[in-house]
Amino acid sequence: MSAQLTTNWFKFASPRDFYPLAGKLIPLFWALTAIFGVAGLWLGFFVAPTDATQGEGYRIIFIHVPTSWMSMFIYMVMAGWAAMGLSLNARLSSMMAQALAPTGALMAFLSLWTGAFWGKPMWGAWWVWDARLTSELILFFLYLGFIALQASIDDPRRADKAGAILALVGVVNVPIIYFSVTWWNTLHQGSSLSMTKSPSMAMTMLWGMLLMALCLWMYSIAVALTRVRAIVLEREAHTDWVKQLQEVKP
Amino acid sequence: MNWNSASEFFAMGGYALYVWSSFGVCAVAFVVEPLLVRQRHTQVVRNLRRQAAAEQMEMENT
Repeated sequence: MSAQLTTNWFKFASPRDFYPLAGKLIPLFWALTAIFGVAGLWLGFFVAPTDATQGEGYRIIFIHVPTSWMSMFIYMVMAGWAAMGLSLNARLSSMMAQALAPTGALMAFLSLWTGAFWGKPMWGAWWVWDARLTSELILFFLYLGFIALQASIDDPRRADKAGAILALVGVVNVPIIYFSVTWWNTLHQGSSLSMTKSPSMAMTMLWGMLLMALCLWMYSIAVALTRVRAIVLEREAHTDWVKQLQEVKP
Repeated sequence: MNWNSASEFFAMGGYALYVWSSFGVCAVAFVVEPLLVRQRHTQVVRNLRRQAAAEQMEMENT
């Protein structure tokens, strides 16, 4: 029984079996994105109370924190897939890493963007060279570097390897971002969520933030699966299974 | 409920510029990215289909 389950799972490590599965899963993840998004926005804008010190301006938290979390989380997942591609020589894993990078870069950009629009009214500056902000900017550049490096190498397998090494070296930056607010003096407020302390914010604020994070999580999976399907077709174009696909028949 | 009217909601207690610039740009990004990705997929499928048609023609001609 368990042996059979294992084989079933490994089956999807081959692009041929993964491609139709991903196609079936994408609508499910879009539906979840919509559900969590509507719930999160409703809580964030209509249920969560006005903040005592920041007024309504604090509502940027409902998009700023989820995009920041996702930018870090996607990086870890991307580096994990890249490492798997490197060590097991599994081409689908490398394709997954490649599919995640643009979405991760977008999340990092949006984190910086929404942060600027939050910093301006609260600190009086769009940008400060602060540990948290600077390390997030470095994360954004790591994503861009990964994308550019892979794009600059013609042989896809070599591009995968070079990209994986860059991604793995960059992993060191993620804990730096996360702990930057405790390690250095900073303008940036402390962690929104702590593993050790009970939440200091109103429960409705917390739930709004968590639902928005789930929404972006589902969004990222839906987009990454769509992108990996395109990458699979691009890179497996010469194979028989792609030529046998119904959607590719003339 | 936090808001007495729609205009109060859009004013965001004086933070309208900052709140709507944040959410607005994110909303645009989350609409545009999936469209671009879908376009990439359609493009590959179209190329593959063209290639398959060309191969078929070649087979018929020989």
